[in-house]
Amino acid sequence: MAQITMTQALNLAIDEAMAEDDGVFCLGEDVSAKQGGGVFKVTQGLTEKYGEHRIRATPISETAIIGAAVGAALAGQRPIAEIMLMNFVGVCMDQIVNHAAKLRFMSGGQTPCPIVIRTTTGVGVGFGGQHSDMLEAWFAHVAGIHVVTPSNPADARGLMRASIDANDPVIFIENILCYGLKAEDPGPGYRVPLGKAAVAREGTDISIITYGRTVLDALAVAEDLAKEGISVEVVDLRTIAPYDEATVLASVRKTGRALTLHEAVRPFGTGAELAANIQEKCWHDLKGPVRRIGGTFSAVPFASHLEQAWIPTKPQIVEQIKAAMGKL
Amino acid sequence: MAEIDRDKLLDIYTRTMKVNRTDEKFRALLMEGKVAVMYYCVRGQELVSAAAMAALEKDDYVVCTYRGQGEQTAKGIPMEKWWGECLGKATGTCKGKGGTMHITDPETGIMVTTGVVGSGLPIANGLAMASQNNGDGRVTLVSFGDGAANIGGFHEAMNMAQLYKLPVVFLCQNNRYGEHTAYADHTDSPNIATRAAGYGMPGVTVDGNDVNQIYPAVKEAVDRARRGEGPTLVEAMCYRMMGHFFGADFSYMPPEHLAEMKAEDPLPKLRKVMLEHQFTEEELDSIVADIDAQIDAAVEHALAAPLPDTDEIYKDVLEETA
Repeated sequence: MAQITMTQALNLAIDEAMAEDDGVFCLGEDVSAKQGGGVFKVTQGLTEKYGEHRIRATPISETAIIGAAVGAALAGQRPIAEIMLMNFVGVCMDQIVNHAAKLRFMSGGQTPCPIVIRTTTGVGVGFGGQHSDMLEAWFAHVAGIHVVTPSNPADARGLMRASIDANDPVIFIENILCYGLKAEDPGPGYRVPLGKAAVAREGTDISIITYGRTVLDALAVAEDLAKEGISVEVVDLRTIAPYDEATVLASVRKTGRALTLHEAVRPFGTGAELAANIQEKCWHDLKGPVRRIGGTFSAVPFASHLEQAWIPTKPQIVEQIKAAMGKL
Repeated sequence: MAEIDRDKLLDIYTRTMKVNRTDEKFRALLMEGKVAVMYYCVRGQELVSAAAMAALEKDDYVVCTYRGQGEQTAKGIPMEKWWGECLGKATGTCKGKGGTMHITDPETGIMVTTGVVGSGLPIANGLAMASQNNGDGRVTLVSFGDGAANIGGFHEAMNMAQLYKLPVVFLCQNNRYGEHTAYADHTDSPNIATRAAGYGMPGVTVDGNDVNQIYPAVKEAVDRARRGEGPTLVEAMCYRMMGHFFGADFSYMPPEHLAEMKAEDPLPKLRKVMLEHQFTEEELDSIVADIDAQIDAAVEHALAAPLPDTDEIYKDVLEETA
């Protein structure tokens, strides 16, 4: 099978969804051929196939972009709206939180809002304080939204198809540092159901619950620690909210130890919710408290060495695992 | 402007009185303590809503605000469902989960009622974008107040609508107050419609208390949109004759302003036009009596209707919970 990058995986998923359903269309800043097919090239080549009505380059107007997606969804279409960088959701939170997320409920089920909001972010590329944040917890705290993020190209293809199929809003987070990852193409029509985590690596001593780019760190650490006789299980949530509680709890019941890991800042992060739930439901299976790793509680800094000090690192993960195992 | 024909006048009158009698009934129920809910009075703005809805086709989309009773009832939401929702009953349009500020009834084209000032405009663009994409010929009308003209979404939406020539009509009901703040205290330019020029869009300011101005203006905007010529901003000058919401203090409205409002009240003016068109007092009164009877029956139905099941709080969150 062919190898594809995550960028290609996302492009293929959007392309095949647009080919199958005339109601699927993209809108966002710089997405059309005139601007090169998106700042990270995810929509490259689609304008030529589907025209400018279905790959709509928009003004820099996040509120108008999401509002338009909401309205089109209410009229039965399936818009894929791009918010170029995740921090810009701050401009259009009203449309996402007060409208997209709530219209199904407030209308008594009459107006579902099937939109995919693609957005990209990531720490480690020197974009500084307003272009790097992982803000998934903001959305995980709102009822009526799926929050999704892939850690590899196959999941990117499958999660994007499933997100476009979904009859509710999806925040689809793409990590800038993952676009270039290469893996085997799962092929046309591939779908990864929303709300299903993957056990990315099986283990018996501790469960790392993570998602997105930090899955790669977790897998690398698991590989290293295997050499020292520590068996690490890695659970890739894939859908951050509502998450696959059954897979998470089963993993923790098996290993008896849990570590949550995310790039987003630690206080009030998704790791806190996961830890609380695990401790409520797996208390008697746990050999120690659930540990949490997240980004530093400050703005993402610019200077490279500061950024590397800010972000969760592999040595930190190793340290937390060894502490949990009583091996420090 | 072309003369409005008698049938259309009768249609507008009927819709106007439906809005007015619904408003009167709601305030009476609130005064009597029979219901206790948030209600945003539309006294003084009945004609604007009614004329605008009369300019639309049945399948056209509407986005309105918490002060949307006029659009909702004039567009034709069945009264029992409308009152059911306002009273928080299982029989309401939204099973009692939306309430007075969030009435939705896709069957009559009321797609969103937003409680957030200015948020309807970007959504209206999306409805219109869908129509442009699939060629269904529908027009979307979004109603909002003068206060909404100062929020970012207004500007973003106006620019985008004109850029794409979307089939949308922006209806600004300039009722001279943004929440509790008088127009002159929130905006220094004399009119909202002049802003349209900044987006390359036609904008008109008309007297919303004069049926011969408001109806033709909205109709022309709707026709333009349907012909694929793009959006129009119609500013209807009118008066909110009461406070921001029922029960709110509106002693801040100066007495001379209240006198001005009374002189411009759209209802006696419309009645005069109807009489000039050879409708009789008896005909007009009997239309109102008929509406009152329908409203009374709908209110009785809603008062007696069951409350939503408490399980509803878990339903309609996501499709899985539908």
